Amino acid sequence: MDLAVLLAIQVLYAIASLALISVGLAIIFGMMRVINLAHGEFLMLGGYAAIVATSHGISIWIAMLVVAPIVVGLIGVVVERTIIRFLYGRMIDTMLATWGLSLFLVGLTTAIFGNTTVGISAPLGSFQIGAYRTSAYTLFVITVAAVVLAVIFVVMRWTRLGLIARGTMQNANMASALGVNPPRVYAITFGLGAALSGLAGAVLAPVSGVFPTIGVAYVAKSFITVIGGGAAILSGTVSASALFGSINQIATFVTTPVFGEVALLAAAIILIRLLPQGITGRFFRRGL
Amino acid sequence: MRVNRRTFLQSTAAIAAAGMFSSSAWAEDPINVASIHDLSGGLDIYGKPMVDALTLAIEEANAAGGLLGRQVKLINYDTQSNMQLYTQFAQQAALKDKVAVVHGGITSASREVIRPVLDKFKTLYFYNTQYEGGVCDRNQFDTGVTPAQTVEKLVPHAMKKWGKKVYVVAADYNYGQITSQWVKKYVTENGGEVSSIDFFPLDVTNFGPTISKIQAAKPDFVWSALVGGAHISFYRQWAAAGMRKSIPMASTTFAVGNEHIVLSPDECNGMLICYNYFQDLKNPVNESFVASFHKRFGTDYPNITELAMGTYQGFRLWAEAVKKAGSVDRMKVIEALETGISIDAPSGKVTIDPPTHHCVLDVHIAEVADKKLKVLEDFAQQKPADTAAVCDLIKNPTDNQQYVIKI
Repeated sequence: MDLAVLLAIQVLYAIASLALISVGLAIIFGMMRVINLAHGEFLMLGGYAAIVATSHGISIWIAMLVVAPIVVGLIGVVVERTIIRFLYGRMIDTMLATWGLSLFLVGLTTAIFGNTTVGISAPLGSFQIGAYRTSAYTLFVITVAAVVLAVIFVVMRWTRLGLIARGTMQNANMASALGVNPPRVYAITFGLGAALSGLAGAVLAPVSGVFPTIGVAYVAKSFITVIGGGAAILSGTVSASALFGSINQIATFVTTPVFGEVALLAAAIILIRLLPQGITGRFFRRGL
Repeated sequence: MRVNRRTFLQSTAAIAAAGMFSSSAWAEDPINVASIHDLSGGLDIYGKPMVDALTLAIEEANAAGGLLGRQVKLINYDTQSNMQLYTQFAQQAALKDKVAVVHGGITSASREVIRPVLDKFKTLYFYNTQYEGGVCDRNQFDTGVTPAQTVEKLVPHAMKKWGKKVYVVAADYNYGQITSQWVKKYVTENGGEVSSIDFFPLDVTNFGPTISKIQAAKPDFVWSALVGGAHISFYRQWAAAGMRKSIPMASTTFAVGNEHIVLSPDECNGMLICYNYFQDLKNPVNESFVASFHKRFGTDYPNITELAMGTYQGFRLWAEAVKKAGSVDRMKVIEALETGISIDAPSGKVTIDPPTHHCVLDVHIAEVADKKLKVLEDFAQQKPADTAAVCDLIKNPTDNQQYVIKI
């Protein structure tokens, strides 16, 4: 019984971390059709931002929840203004450009921080479930993911900003005719996506450590989640994370981490074969 | 000045002699020594100290007049943690730069990539990393420790201290696969039990389910053969789950990449390890070595690692053999090494074991204590018994394979 509770927490954690690392990408890809191959590096920069801020005496919570998203969000806006905005509608070109950006960011961080793994100890300590112990930080990650998803839902569903963003993504010309300035909306959306990635990278930094090439470990999983989720940003991310996260974690627990990864990829292949439009291409179609 | 026949002959002879002398000095090219290590990418935590140690060893040799009157030139190849570059650089070292010897390879995977290349192009190869043992190849010398020298000592020590039930976590490639079998063998022989062996690809960073599994298995201690930067998060997540105080840990890889400095004392104090070299070894050779290392690379150098010392000793053994052979010719140097050459190294006496091409050397068990490695127990002059059980290059000089332990 204790083990079941522990396993349930682990599964929730896997879902939460998948959702966290994917939601920034989902916004940028789902809303703007920009394939951002530098997504993993945004996560990596979030991790470094949090660690550098912490080592300068800033509280770890502020470093993770405030500094990292702001820093990476600003980087995102700069990237959008200097690179991405010239390439809207040119999918292959954006892929090339963001891939180059990804290599550049890896090289730059290696030059600045070196190639060794850095990290911060996870705060909050551990707690007891019957005969088992687990890190309380796990619950924190789950909470952050839930709050982030809830905030996105509220903003998209009930605020004017969300309405304008959804409208621009659906039909930029019409939105423009109604007085909206699409370039500005794009810049803000890209910045928000980047900020969410920075937040995710920072929140996961105490768990996995940070090194310049860690983005590679994230980027494939985020893309699989976003593609598996389909067109609807929020319900797609949540449903795909729930599916892949639980498959991965349960397979890992029952067998080994290698088969956990294999199970995740196999599930993704089968899913895309059966539902080429992703989960939300068939279910929750009216979701956000 | 009046020039007569005699003074003319004297002066021209002197010029000719000087010319001959200088041209013969030009002909003495330096001896090329290749270093093939990862200086960037995920494995550079291991590679950088190795290359620093090799640099120091070569500078010392040159300061002492070089080898056979020739200077030694280090040619550095950075393989960037990329296996393809190992093949490419091994070929370049052998064919283009015509080096006398290659020191290099970090992971066992990279060693198995360059070993056949250097065999084919007849270039002497030194592999200086502690590894899983069993390589039997007349062209290769192994200066690192193997499981019969370390695991065999550490298993009974840890079992006496903590108990008989062991859970093994290991990196998923030949090093981790084979080493974990050695751990199982010694645990069983000491009357214990291995409850499970879990393997992890080098890029895994989420160890949550494994930590739950370990708790469910309730071992007396955990044995780690994890490798590289990503796997450091295992120790971090282990400590975050509050497990460090309830289930202790021993390792064949910890601290080789200075993990004990990267992690906080709270995350790794009390872990047991066993290697040939620790920076704090108390002997005069080591004290003067550490002093000159710090003079060369700065006193803030984090820690001189096991792999750095293996590389330093590897070069010294090779240089000793070159002096003995009076040549850098590959076969002459191999034969000189096979006489059982011995050096007085910072880690103690190191001797080549002729039948296996491995080393007889001292090993020590140590404990991680507040970012330092505290030596607990010493074992003098350990033989590479694992490789010796299967490999005899004196009887079968043409043998060329890696033997794998069967349980």
